[in-house]
Amino acid sequence: MSVDTDTVKRVARLARIKVSDDDADRMTGELNGILGFVEQLDEVNIDGVEPMTSVVEQTMKKRQDGVTDGDKAEAVTVNAPASEDHFFMVPKVVE
Amino acid sequence: MTDLTKLTIAEAQKGLKSKDYSAVELTEAFLANIEAANTSLNAYVAVTGDQAMAMAKASDEKLSKGEGGALEGIPLGIKDLFATEGVHTQACSHILDGFKPRYESTVTSNLWADGAVMLGKLNMDEFAMGSSNETSYYGNVVNPWRKSGSNAALVPGGSSGGSASSVAARLCMGATATDTGGSIRQPAAFTGTVGIKPTYGRCSRWGIVAFASSLDQAGPITHTVRDSAILLKSMASVDPKDTTSVDIKVPDYEAAIGQSVKGLKIGIPKEYRVDGMPPEIEALWQQGIDWLKDAGAEIVDVSLPHTKYALPAYYIVAPAEASSNLARYDGVRYGLRVPGNDIVDMYENTRAAGFGSEVKRRVLIGTYVLSAGYYDAYYLKAQKVRTLIKKDFDDTWAAGVDALLTPATPNAAFAPGEITDPVTMYLNDIFTVTVNMAGLPGISVPAGLNPDGLPLGLQLIGKPFDEATLFQVGQVIEDAAGTFEPENWWA
Repeated sequence: MSVDTDTVKRVARLARIKVSDDDADRMTGELNGILGFVEQLDEVNIDGVEPMTSVVEQTMKKRQDGVTDGDKAEAVTVNAPASEDHFFMVPKVVE
Repeated sequence: MTDLTKLTIAEAQKGLKSKDYSAVELTEAFLANIEAANTSLNAYVAVTGDQAMAMAKASDEKLSKGEGGALEGIPLGIKDLFATEGVHTQACSHILDGFKPRYESTVTSNLWADGAVMLGKLNMDEFAMGSSNETSYYGNVVNPWRKSGSNAALVPGGSSGGSASSVAARLCMGATATDTGGSIRQPAAFTGTVGIKPTYGRCSRWGIVAFASSLDQAGPITHTVRDSAILLKSMASVDPKDTTSVDIKVPDYEAAIGQSVKGLKIGIPKEYRVDGMPPEIEALWQQGIDWLKDAGAEIVDVSLPHTKYALPAYYIVAPAEASSNLARYDGVRYGLRVPGNDIVDMYENTRAAGFGSEVKRRVLIGTYVLSAGYYDAYYLKAQKVRTLIKKDFDDTWAAGVDALLTPATPNAAFAPGEITDPVTMYLNDIFTVTVNMAGLPGISVPAGLNPDGLPLGLQLIGKPFDEATLFQVGQVIEDAAGTFEPENWWA
Protein backbone atom coordinates (compact mmCIF):
# COMPACT_ATOMS: atom_id res chain seq x y z
CA MET A 1 0.00 0.00 0.00
CA SER A 2 1.18 3.52 -0.60
CA VAL A 3 -0.15 6.98 0.18
CA ASP A 4 -0.69 10.01 -2.04
CA THR A 5 -0.31 13.64 -1.09
CA ASP A 6 -4.02 14.03 -0.32
CA THR A 7 -3.88 11.09 2.11
CA VAL A 8 -0.84 12.63 3.82
CA LYS A 9 -2.75 15.90 4.22
CA ARG A 10 -5.75 14.03 5.63
CA VAL A 11 -3.59 12.10 8.11
CA ALA A 12 -1.78 15.31 9.11
CA ARG A 13 -5.18 16.85 9.79
CA LEU A 14 -6.10 13.84 11.99
CA ALA A 15 -2.78 14.25 13.82
CA ARG A 16 -3.37 18.01 14.17
CA ILE A 17 -0.13 18.96 12.47
CA LYS A 18 -0.29 21.76 9.90
CA VAL A 19 1.57 20.89 6.71
CA SER A 20 2.25 23.05 3.68
CA ASP A 21 1.92 21.64 0.15
CA ASP A 22 5.72 21.35 -0.01
CA ASP A 23 5.81 19.49 3.34
CA ALA A 24 3.10 17.12 2.17
CA ASP A 25 4.97 16.38 -1.08
CA ARG A 26 8.21 15.62 0.76
CA MET A 27 6.48 13.56 3.46
CA THR A 28 4.59 11.49 0.87
CA GLY A 29 7.90 10.12 -0.44
CA GLU A 30 9.27 9.51 3.05
CA LEU A 31 6.13 7.81 4.30
CA ASN A 32 5.99 5.57 1.24
CA GLY A 33 9.61 4.58 1.91
CA ILE A 34 8.63 3.45 5.41
CA LEU A 35 5.39 1.78 4.29
CA GLY A 36 7.36 -0.07 1.60
CA PHE A 37 9.81 -1.26 4.24
CA VAL A 38 7.10 -2.62 6.56
CA GLU A 39 5.46 -4.47 3.65
CA GLN A 40 7.92 -7.33 4.36
CA LEU A 41 5.47 -8.40 7.07
CA ASP A 42 3.18 -9.73 4.34
CA GLU A 43 5.59 -12.70 4.03
CA VAL A 44 4.81 -13.87 7.57
CA ASN A 45 2.14 -16.47 8.17
CA ILE A 46 0.07 -15.09 11.05
CA ASP A 47 -2.85 -17.51 10.80
CA GLY A 48 -4.11 -18.37 14.27
CA VAL A 49 -1.52 -16.14 16.01
CA GLU A 50 -2.78 -14.02 18.88
CA PRO A 51 -1.69 -10.36 18.85
CA MET A 52 0.76 -9.37 21.58
CA THR A 53 -0.88 -7.45 24.39
CA SER A 54 1.90 -7.59 27.00
CA VAL A 55 5.50 -8.83 26.88
CA VAL A 56 5.39 -9.66 30.56
CA GLU A 57 3.23 -12.48 31.82
CA GLN A 58 1.58 -10.68 34.66
CA THR A 59 -2.03 -10.04 35.51
CA MET A 60 -2.73 -6.33 35.26
CA LYS A 61 -2.29 -4.81 38.69
CA LYS A 62 -5.31 -3.00 39.99
CA ARG A 63 -5.19 0.07 42.14
CA GLN A 64 -7.41 0.61 45.11
CA ASP A 65 -10.28 2.90 44.16
CA GLY A 66 -9.28 5.68 46.52
CA VAL A 67 -8.07 9.27 46.58
CA THR A 68 -4.29 9.17 46.98
CA ASP A 69 -3.27 12.59 45.71
CA GLY A 70 -4.76 15.96 44.92
CA ASP A 71 -5.22 19.63 45.87
CA LYS A 72 -2.44 20.60 43.48
CA ALA A 73 -4.19 22.98 41.09
CA GLU A 74 -1.27 25.40 41.15
CA ALA A 75 1.26 22.65 40.37
CA VAL A 76 -0.95 21.31 37.58
CA THR A 77 -1.43 24.64 35.80
CA VAL A 78 1.95 26.27 36.51
CA ASN A 79 3.50 25.10 33.20
CA ALA A 80 0.56 26.17 31.01
CA PRO A 81 1.30 28.78 28.34
CA ALA A 82 -1.89 30.59 29.44
CA SER A 83 -3.80 30.09 32.69
CA GLU A 84 -5.97 32.12 35.04
CA ASP A 85 -7.21 31.21 38.53
CA HIS A 86 -5.98 27.63 38.03
CA PHE A 87 -7.86 27.24 34.74
CA PHE A 88 -6.22 26.51 31.39
CA MET A 89 -6.97 29.32 28.92
CA VAL A 90 -7.83 28.37 25.32
CA PRO A 91 -9.23 30.27 22.32
CA LYS A 92 -13.02 30.59 22.37
CA VAL A 93 -14.67 27.26 21.42
CA VAL A 94 -18.39 28.14 21.71
CA GLU A 95 -20.18 31.13 20.27
CA MET B 1 46.61 14.14 42.75
CA THR B 2 44.81 11.51 40.69
CA ASP B 3 42.18 12.69 38.23
CA LEU B 4 38.98 11.99 40.14
CA THR B 5 36.93 11.89 36.94
CA LYS B 6 38.86 8.80 35.80
CA LEU B 7 37.47 6.72 38.68
CA THR B 8 34.79 4.09 38.25
CA ILE B 9 31.69 4.25 40.43
CA ALA B 10 32.92 1.19 42.33
CA GLU B 11 36.28 2.89 43.05
CA ALA B 12 34.63 6.17 44.07
CA GLN B 13 32.31 4.35 46.49
CA LYS B 14 35.40 3.06 48.32
CA GLY B 15 37.35 6.33 48.10
CA LEU B 16 34.45 8.38 49.47
CA LYS B 17 33.94 5.96 52.36
CA SER B 18 37.64 6.02 53.29
CA LYS B 19 37.66 9.86 52.86
CA ASP B 20 40.45 9.87 50.26
CA TYR B 21 38.45 12.74 48.72
CA SER B 22 35.10 14.37 49.39
CA ALA B 23 31.87 14.28 47.41
CA VAL B 24 32.29 18.03 46.88
CA GLU B 25 35.75 17.52 45.34
CA LEU B 26 34.36 14.79 43.11
CA THR B 27 31.45 16.93 41.94
CA GLU B 28 33.72 19.96 41.37
CA ALA B 29 36.00 17.85 39.18
CA PHE B 30 33.09 16.80 36.96
CA LEU B 31 31.61 20.32 36.79
CA ALA B 32 35.05 21.55 35.64
CA ASN B 33 35.15 18.89 32.93
CA ILE B 34 31.66 19.82 31.75
CA GLU B 35 32.60 23.50 31.65
CA ALA B 36 35.65 22.72 29.52
CA ALA B 37 34.01 20.21 27.19
CA ASN B 38 30.38 21.07 26.63
CA THR B 39 30.95 23.64 23.87
CA SER B 40 32.68 20.92 21.82
CA LEU B 41 30.51 17.92 22.69
CA ASN B 42 27.08 19.49 23.43
CA ALA B 43 26.27 16.59 25.76
CA TYR B 44 24.45 18.63 28.44
CA VAL B 45 21.40 20.80 27.72
CA ALA B 46 21.24 22.04 31.33
CA VAL B 47 23.95 22.01 34.01
CA THR B 48 22.64 22.14 37.57
CA GLY B 49 25.85 23.25 39.27
CA ASP B 50 24.35 24.81 42.40
CA GLN B 51 22.05 21.87 42.99
CA ALA B 52 24.94 19.45 42.43
CA MET B 53 27.11 21.24 44.99
CA ALA B 54 24.29 21.29 47.55
CA MET B 55 23.68 17.57 47.02
CA ALA B 56 27.42 16.83 47.30
CA LYS B 57 27.67 18.81 50.55
CA ALA B 58 24.74 16.88 52.00
CA SER B 59 26.47 13.64 50.94
CA ASP B 60 29.70 14.70 52.68
CA GLU B 61 27.78 15.33 55.90
CA LYS B 62 26.29 11.85 55.75
CA LEU B 63 29.61 10.25 54.84
CA SER B 64 31.35 12.04 57.73
CA LYS B 65 28.94 10.35 60.12
CA GLY B 66 29.55 6.98 58.51
CA GLU B 67 26.08 7.09 56.94
CA GLY B 68 24.87 7.37 53.39
CA GLY B 69 23.25 5.30 50.64
CA ALA B 70 24.68 3.00 48.02
CA LEU B 71 25.43 5.91 45.65
CA GLU B 72 26.30 8.54 48.25
CA GLY B 73 28.20 11.37 46.53
CA ILE B 74 28.32 9.74 43.06
CA PRO B 75 27.84 12.43 40.34
CA LEU B 76 25.47 11.40 37.55
CA GLY B 77 24.03 12.88 34.37
CA ILE B 78 20.31 12.48 33.67
CA LYS B 79 18.77 12.09 30.21
CA ASP B 80 16.38 14.96 29.46
CA LEU B 81 13.53 12.41 29.16
CA PHE B 82 13.36 11.94 32.96
CA ALA B 83 11.19 14.37 34.91
CA THR B 84 13.34 16.21 37.46
CA GLU B 85 11.53 18.54 39.80
CA GLY B 86 12.03 22.22 38.96
CA VAL B 87 14.67 21.39 36.35
CA HIS B 88 14.70 21.45 32.51
CA THR B 89 12.68 18.42 31.28
CA GLN B 90 11.88 18.77 27.60
CA ALA B 91 12.74 15.45 25.91
CA CYS B 92 14.95 17.83 23.86
CA SER B 93 11.85 18.99 21.96
CA HIS B 94 10.80 22.54 21.15
CA ILE B 95 7.20 21.66 22.02
CA LEU B 96 8.07 21.31 25.73
CA ASP B 97 9.71 24.77 25.82
CA GLY B 98 10.27 25.91 29.37
CA PHE B 99 8.69 22.83 30.98
CA LYS B 100 9.83 22.32 34.57
CA PRO B 101 7.84 19.54 36.25
CA ARG B 102 6.66 19.75 39.84
CA TYR B 103 7.41 16.07 40.32
CA GLU B 104 10.33 13.66 40.09
CA SER B 105 10.47 10.43 38.06
CA THR B 106 10.59 7.22 40.10
CA VAL B 107 13.98 6.24 38.65
CA THR B 108 15.65 9.54 39.57
CA SER B 109 13.90 9.57 42.98
CA ASN B 110 15.48 6.17 43.63
CA LEU B 111 18.92 7.53 42.68
CA TRP B 112 18.66 10.59 44.94
CA ALA B 113 17.34 8.43 47.79
CA ASP B 114 20.53 6.39 47.46
CA GLY B 115 22.64 9.58 47.68
CA ALA B 116 23.56 10.26 44.04
CA VAL B 117 24.36 13.82 42.89
CA MET B 118 22.71 15.33 39.78
CA LEU B 119 25.11 17.23 37.50
CA GLY B 120 22.50 18.19 34.90
CA LYS B 121 20.27 17.08 32.03
CA LEU B 122 21.67 15.32 28.99
CA ASN B 123 21.01 15.91 25.31
CA MET B 124 19.11 13.26 23.33
CA ASP B 125 17.20 12.76 20.11
CA GLU B 126 13.84 14.57 20.24
CA PHE B 127 11.38 12.36 22.18
CA ALA B 128 14.03 9.59 21.96
CA MET B 129 13.37 9.20 18.23
CA GLY B 130 16.67 8.77 16.45
CA SER B 131 19.84 6.71 16.16
CA SER B 132 22.42 9.47 15.82
CA ASN B 133 21.42 12.32 18.15
CA GLU B 134 20.83 14.55 15.13
CA THR B 135 17.13 15.20 15.88
CA SER B 136 17.52 17.15 19.16
CA TYR B 137 16.12 20.69 19.23
CA TYR B 138 19.35 21.54 21.09
CA GLY B 139 21.65 20.44 18.26
CA ASN B 140 23.80 17.41 17.60
CA VAL B 141 25.79 15.69 20.31
CA VAL B 142 29.38 15.00 19.24
CA ASN B 143 31.08 11.67 19.88
CA PRO B 144 34.34 12.02 21.86
CA TRP B 145 35.74 9.32 19.57
CA ARG B 146 37.21 10.19 16.15
CA LYS B 147 38.78 8.03 13.48
CA SER B 148 42.55 7.71 13.96
CA GLY B 149 44.32 10.64 12.33
CA SER B 150 41.07 12.47 11.57
CA ASN B 151 39.43 15.47 13.20
CA ALA B 152 36.04 14.99 11.55
CA ALA B 153 33.08 14.78 13.94
CA LEU B 154 31.18 11.53 14.44
CA VAL B 155 27.73 10.90 15.90
CA PRO B 156 27.51 9.29 19.38
CA GLY B 157 24.51 7.18 18.35
CA GLY B 158 21.06 7.74 19.73
CA SER B 159 18.75 8.38 21.21
CA SER B 160 20.78 8.46 24.45
CA GLY B 161 23.67 10.23 22.68
CA GLY B 162 24.24 12.77 25.45
CA SER B 163 24.33 10.01 28.06
CA ALA B 164 26.89 7.97 26.10
CA SER B 165 29.03 10.93 25.08
CA SER B 166 29.14 12.39 28.61
CA VAL B 167 30.18 9.07 30.16
CA ALA B 168 32.85 8.42 27.49
CA ALA B 169 34.27 11.95 27.90
CA ARG B 170 34.24 11.82 31.72
CA LEU B 171 31.56 14.49 32.11
CA CYS B 172 29.73 12.27 34.62
CA MET B 173 30.49 9.04 36.39
CA GLY B 174 27.43 7.31 34.95
CA ALA B 175 24.23 8.37 33.24
CA THR B 176 20.59 7.40 33.04
CA ALA B 177 19.32 6.52 29.59
CA THR B 178 16.27 4.93 27.97
CA ASP B 179 15.89 2.31 25.26
CA THR B 180 12.85 1.79 23.00
CA GLY B 181 14.56 0.11 20.04
CA GLY B 182 18.26 0.29 20.93
CA SER B 183 18.67 3.79 22.38
CA ILE B 184 20.91 2.64 25.26
CA ARG B 185 22.88 -0.13 23.59
CA GLN B 186 23.66 1.48 20.22
CA PRO B 187 25.15 4.72 21.65
CA ALA B 188 27.04 2.67 24.26
CA ALA B 189 28.57 0.61 21.43
CA PHE B 190 29.47 3.80 19.48
CA THR B 191 31.30 5.36 22.45
CA GLY B 192 33.10 2.43 24.09
CA THR B 193 30.79 2.41 27.12
CA VAL B 194 28.58 -0.21 28.77
CA GLY B 195 24.80 0.10 28.48
CA ILE B 196 22.04 -2.20 29.67
CA LYS B 197 18.34 -2.18 28.81
CA PRO B 198 16.69 -4.24 31.55
CA THR B 199 13.60 -6.42 31.18
CA TYR B 200 10.39 -4.52 30.43
CA GLY B 201 8.82 -3.82 33.82
CA ARG B 202 12.10 -3.76 35.78
CA CYS B 203 12.43 0.04 36.00
CA SER B 204 9.37 2.17 36.60
CA ARG B 205 8.33 4.28 33.63
CA TRP B 206 6.59 6.79 35.90
CA GLY B 207 7.86 10.31 35.20
CA ILE B 208 9.70 9.34 32.02
CA VAL B 209 8.35 11.19 28.97
CA ALA B 210 6.55 8.44 27.03
CA PHE B 211 7.56 7.48 23.47
CA ALA B 212 6.25 3.92 22.90
CA SER B 213 4.88 2.67 26.19
CA SER B 214 5.05 -1.08 25.49
CA LEU B 215 8.74 -0.82 24.54
CA ASP B 216 10.28 1.99 26.65
CA GLN B 217 12.66 0.99 29.46
CA ALA B 218 15.21 2.95 31.48
CA GLY B 219 18.73 1.74 32.15
CA PRO B 220 22.25 3.03 32.87
CA ILE B 221 25.27 3.86 30.70
CA THR B 222 28.61 3.51 32.52
CA HIS B 223 32.31 2.77 32.04
CA THR B 224 32.29 -0.77 33.34
CA VAL B 225 29.97 -3.75 33.67
CA ARG B 226 30.23 -3.54 37.45
CA ASP B 227 29.20 0.13 37.43
CA SER B 228 26.13 -0.76 35.36
CA ALA B 229 25.21 -3.42 37.90
CA ILE B 230 25.57 -0.87 40.71
CA LEU B 231 23.45 1.79 38.97
CA LEU B 232 20.73 -0.58 37.77
CA LYS B 233 20.25 -1.89 41.29
CA SER B 234 19.38 1.65 42.42
CA MET B 235 17.32 2.59 39.35
CA ALA B 236 15.14 -0.54 39.37
CA SER B 237 12.22 -0.88 41.77
CA VAL B 238 8.68 -2.12 42.13
CA ASP B 239 6.47 0.94 41.70
CA PRO B 240 2.74 1.14 42.40
CA LYS B 241 2.61 4.24 40.14
CA ASP B 242 3.44 2.11 37.05
CA THR B 243 1.03 -0.80 36.52
CA THR B 244 3.55 -2.48 34.19
CA SER B 245 6.21 -2.44 36.92
CA VAL B 246 6.68 -6.09 37.88
CA ASP B 247 6.48 -7.39 41.45
CA ILE B 248 9.89 -9.01 41.61
CA LYS B 249 12.46 -7.98 44.21
CA VAL B 250 15.55 -6.25 42.76
CA PRO B 251 18.50 -8.61 43.23
CA ASP B 252 22.07 -7.64 44.09
CA TYR B 253 23.39 -7.61 40.54
CA GLU B 254 26.97 -6.97 41.65
CA ALA B 255 27.05 -10.39 43.30
CA ALA B 256 26.90 -11.99 39.84
CA ILE B 257 30.12 -10.31 38.74
CA GLY B 258 33.22 -12.46 38.90
CA GLN B 259 31.25 -15.69 38.96
CA SER B 260 32.44 -18.32 36.52
CA VAL B 261 30.57 -18.81 33.26
CA LYS B 262 31.74 -22.43 33.07
CA GLY B 263 28.94 -24.61 31.76
CA LEU B 264 26.67 -21.70 30.78
CA LYS B 265 25.02 -22.26 27.42
CA ILE B 266 25.50 -19.25 25.12
CA GLY B 267 23.43 -19.20 21.93
CA ILE B 268 24.66 -17.73 18.63
CA PRO B 269 21.60 -16.81 16.52
CA LYS B 270 22.34 -17.47 12.87
CA GLU B 271 19.82 -14.89 11.63
CA TYR B 272 22.04 -12.10 13.02
CA ARG B 273 24.64 -12.96 10.37
CA VAL B 274 23.05 -10.45 7.97
CA ASP B 275 23.92 -9.88 4.33
CA GLY B 276 26.68 -7.34 3.84
CA MET B 277 27.89 -7.51 7.43
CA PRO B 278 31.28 -5.73 7.55
CA PRO B 279 34.23 -8.10 8.18
CA GLU B 280 35.18 -6.11 11.32
CA ILE B 281 31.80 -6.94 12.90
CA GLU B 282 32.08 -10.57 11.85
CA ALA B 283 35.59 -10.76 13.39
CA LEU B 284 34.45 -9.08 16.61
CA TRP B 285 31.60 -11.55 17.01
CA GLN B 286 33.96 -14.52 16.48
CA GLN B 287 36.35 -12.99 19.02
CA GLY B 288 33.53 -12.81 21.55
CA ILE B 289 32.62 -16.45 20.89
CA ASP B 290 36.26 -17.46 21.46
CA TRP B 291 36.50 -15.48 24.71
CA LEU B 292 33.40 -17.11 26.15
CA LYS B 293 34.54 -20.56 24.98
CA ASP B 294 37.93 -20.00 26.66
CA ALA B 295 36.12 -19.05 29.87
CA GLY B 296 34.31 -22.40 29.84
CA ALA B 297 30.94 -21.48 28.35
CA GLU B 298 29.27 -23.87 25.96
CA ILE B 299 28.58 -22.25 22.58
CA VAL B 300 25.49 -23.45 20.69
CA ASP B 301 24.01 -22.38 17.36
CA VAL B 302 20.41 -21.27 17.64
CA SER B 303 17.76 -20.02 15.25
CA LEU B 304 15.38 -17.08 15.75
CA PRO B 305 13.49 -17.33 12.45
CA HIS B 306 11.45 -14.12 12.75
CA THR B 307 14.43 -11.84 13.43
CA LYS B 308 14.23 -9.97 10.12
CA TYR B 309 10.62 -8.98 10.79
CA ALA B 310 11.36 -7.27 14.12
CA LEU B 311 12.40 -3.95 12.59
CA PRO B 312 9.44 -3.58 10.20
CA ALA B 313 7.02 -4.61 12.98
CA TYR B 314 8.72 -2.09 15.29
CA TYR B 315 8.17 0.70 12.75
CA ILE B 316 4.44 0.08 13.01
CA VAL B 317 4.12 -0.52 16.76
CA ALA B 318 6.43 2.27 17.97
CA PRO B 319 5.01 5.09 15.78
CA ALA B 320 1.45 3.95 16.58
CA GLU B 321 2.12 4.24 20.32
CA ALA B 322 4.03 7.48 19.80
CA SER B 323 1.17 9.09 17.88
CA SER B 324 -1.12 8.35 20.85
CA ASN B 325 1.36 9.43 23.51
CA LEU B 326 2.30 12.66 21.72
CA ALA B 327 -1.35 13.69 21.30
CA ARG B 328 -1.04 15.40 24.69
CA TYR B 329 1.20 18.16 23.28
CA ASP B 330 -1.55 20.56 22.31
CA GLY B 331 -0.30 23.97 23.41
CA VAL B 332 -2.74 24.03 26.32
CA ARG B 333 -1.22 22.36 29.36
CA TYR B 334 2.51 22.87 28.98
CA GLY B 335 5.25 24.06 26.69
CA LEU B 336 4.94 25.88 23.42
CA ARG B 337 1.77 27.56 22.11
CA VAL B 338 1.52 29.09 18.65
CA PRO B 339 -1.71 31.10 18.27
CA GLY B 340 -4.27 30.35 15.54
CA ASN B 341 -7.66 31.50 14.23
CA ASP B 342 -9.48 28.99 16.41
CA ILE B 343 -8.57 26.19 18.79
CA VAL B 344 -7.91 23.57 16.09
CA ASP B 345 -5.75 26.05 14.19
CA MET B 346 -3.86 26.68 17.43
CA TYR B 347 -3.27 22.92 17.91
CA GLU B 348 -2.08 22.54 14.34
CA ASN B 349 0.22 25.55 14.43
CA THR B 350 1.68 24.53 17.79
CA ARG B 351 2.40 20.96 16.71
CA ALA B 352 3.78 22.09 13.32
CA ALA B 353 6.25 24.44 15.02
CA GLY B 354 6.97 22.32 18.08
CA PHE B 355 7.78 18.93 16.56
CA GLY B 356 10.87 18.26 14.46
CA SER B 357 10.69 16.39 11.16
CA GLU B 358 11.52 12.90 12.50
CA VAL B 359 8.85 13.21 15.20
CA LYS B 360 6.29 14.43 12.64
CA ARG B 361 7.16 11.54 10.35
CA ARG B 362 6.53 9.00 13.12
CA VAL B 363 3.35 10.66 14.35
CA LEU B 364 1.97 10.60 10.79
CA ILE B 365 2.94 6.95 10.24
CA GLY B 366 1.38 6.08 13.60
CA THR B 367 -1.80 7.99 12.85
CA TYR B 368 -2.05 6.33 9.45
CA VAL B 369 -1.58 2.73 10.66
CA LEU B 370 -4.15 3.25 13.41
CA SER B 371 -6.68 4.96 11.15
CA ALA B 372 -9.97 3.36 10.12
CA GLY B 373 -9.50 0.68 7.48
CA TYR B 374 -5.77 0.21 8.07
CA TYR B 375 -5.67 -0.95 11.70
CA ASP B 376 -5.91 -4.70 10.90
CA ALA B 377 -3.52 -4.55 7.95
CA TYR B 378 -0.78 -2.82 9.89
CA TYR B 379 -1.10 -2.56 13.64
CA LEU B 380 -2.84 -5.86 14.36
CA LYS B 381 -0.53 -7.72 11.99
CA ALA B 382 2.55 -6.18 13.61
CA GLN B 383 1.35 -7.22 17.07
CA LYS B 384 0.86 -10.79 15.80
CA VAL B 385 4.38 -10.80 14.35
CA ARG B 386 5.56 -9.56 17.72
CA THR B 387 4.03 -12.65 19.34
CA LEU B 388 6.08 -14.79 16.94
CA ILE B 389 9.29 -12.86 17.69
CA LYS B 390 8.82 -13.43 21.41
CA LYS B 391 8.05 -17.11 20.79
CA ASP B 392 11.40 -17.52 18.99
CA PHE B 393 13.15 -16.40 22.17
CA ASP B 394 10.90 -18.46 24.46
CA ASP B 395 11.74 -21.59 22.44
CA THR B 396 15.45 -20.83 22.81
CA TRP B 397 15.24 -20.46 26.59
CA ALA B 398 13.15 -23.64 26.78
CA ALA B 399 15.98 -25.46 24.99
CA GLY B 400 18.28 -24.60 27.90
CA VAL B 401 20.13 -21.59 26.47
CA ASP B 402 21.22 -19.13 29.20
CA ALA B 403 21.99 -16.06 27.06
CA LEU B 404 22.60 -15.04 23.45
CA LEU B 405 25.68 -13.31 22.01
CA THR B 406 25.32 -10.97 19.01
CA PRO B 407 26.99 -7.82 17.67
CA ALA B 408 25.46 -4.66 19.19
CA THR B 409 25.38 -2.66 15.96
CA PRO B 410 25.94 -3.38 12.24
CA ASN B 411 28.66 -0.69 12.04
CA ALA B 412 30.79 1.77 14.04
CA ALA B 413 29.92 5.46 14.56
CA PHE B 414 29.30 7.41 11.35
CA ALA B 415 29.50 11.10 10.42
CA PRO B 416 26.64 13.54 11.02
CA GLY B 417 24.67 14.02 7.80
CA GLU B 418 26.00 10.75 6.38
CA ILE B 419 22.64 8.95 6.67
CA THR B 420 19.69 10.97 5.37
CA ASP B 421 17.26 8.21 4.36
CA PRO B 422 14.99 7.39 7.34
CA VAL B 423 14.83 3.63 6.65
CA THR B 424 18.65 3.39 6.35
CA MET B 425 18.90 5.14 9.72
CA TYR B 426 16.37 2.70 11.23
CA LEU B 427 18.59 -0.23 10.16
CA ASN B 428 21.11 0.83 12.83
CA ASP B 429 18.82 -0.85 15.37
CA ILE B 430 18.63 -4.16 13.50
CA PHE B 431 20.39 -6.15 16.28
CA THR B 432 18.87 -4.34 19.26
CA VAL B 433 15.19 -3.92 18.37
CA THR B 434 14.23 -7.62 18.69
CA VAL B 435 15.01 -7.36 22.41
CA ASN B 436 12.50 -4.52 22.92
CA MET B 437 9.84 -6.32 20.88
CA ALA B 438 10.18 -9.34 23.21
CA GLY B 439 10.64 -7.27 26.41
CA LEU B 440 13.98 -8.94 27.21
CA PRO B 441 17.10 -7.55 28.87
CA GLY B 442 20.10 -6.74 26.66
CA ILE B 443 23.56 -5.35 27.46
CA SER B 444 26.15 -3.81 25.15
CA VAL B 445 29.75 -4.28 26.25
CA PRO B 446 32.74 -2.64 24.47
CA ALA B 447 34.72 -5.43 22.80
CA GLY B 448 37.29 -3.83 20.55
CA LEU B 449 38.27 -1.13 18.07
CA ASN B 450 37.74 -1.27 14.31
CA PRO B 451 40.61 -0.61 11.84
CA ASP B 452 39.79 3.15 12.08
CA GLY B 453 40.26 3.05 15.86
CA LEU B 454 36.54 3.33 16.66
CA PRO B 455 34.86 1.29 19.40
CA LEU B 456 32.55 -1.65 18.68
CA GLY B 457 30.27 -3.47 21.10
CA LEU B 458 28.96 -6.97 21.63
CA GLN B 459 25.43 -7.54 22.84
CA LEU B 460 24.24 -10.18 25.29
CA ILE B 461 20.51 -10.96 25.42
CA GLY B 462 19.06 -12.60 28.51
CA LYS B 463 15.97 -14.33 29.81
CA PRO B 464 13.26 -12.15 31.38
CA PHE B 465 14.50 -10.69 34.70
CA ASP B 466 17.83 -12.48 34.37
CA GLU B 467 19.96 -9.33 34.17
CA ALA B 468 22.37 -11.01 36.62
CA THR B 469 23.56 -13.48 33.94
CA LEU B 470 24.20 -10.57 31.55
CA PHE B 471 26.45 -8.90 34.13
CA GLN B 472 28.19 -12.23 34.83
CA VAL B 473 28.92 -12.93 31.14
CA GLY B 474 29.49 -9.24 30.32
CA GLN B 475 32.30 -9.12 32.86
CA VAL B 476 34.06 -11.98 31.05
CA ILE B 477 33.97 -9.95 27.81
CA GLU B 478 35.22 -6.84 29.62
CA ASP B 479 38.05 -8.80 31.28
CA ALA B 480 39.15 -10.14 27.89
CA ALA B 481 38.66 -6.95 25.86
CA GLY B 482 39.78 -4.35 28.39
CA THR B 483 38.29 -0.87 28.56
CA PHE B 484 38.53 1.89 25.96
CA GLU B 485 39.24 5.60 26.37
CA PRO B 486 39.07 8.24 23.62
CA GLU B 487 41.99 10.63 23.22
CA ASN B 488 41.03 13.98 24.73
CA TRP B 489 40.83 16.59 21.92
CA TRP B 490 37.87 18.52 23.33
CA ALA B 491 39.33 20.27 26.38
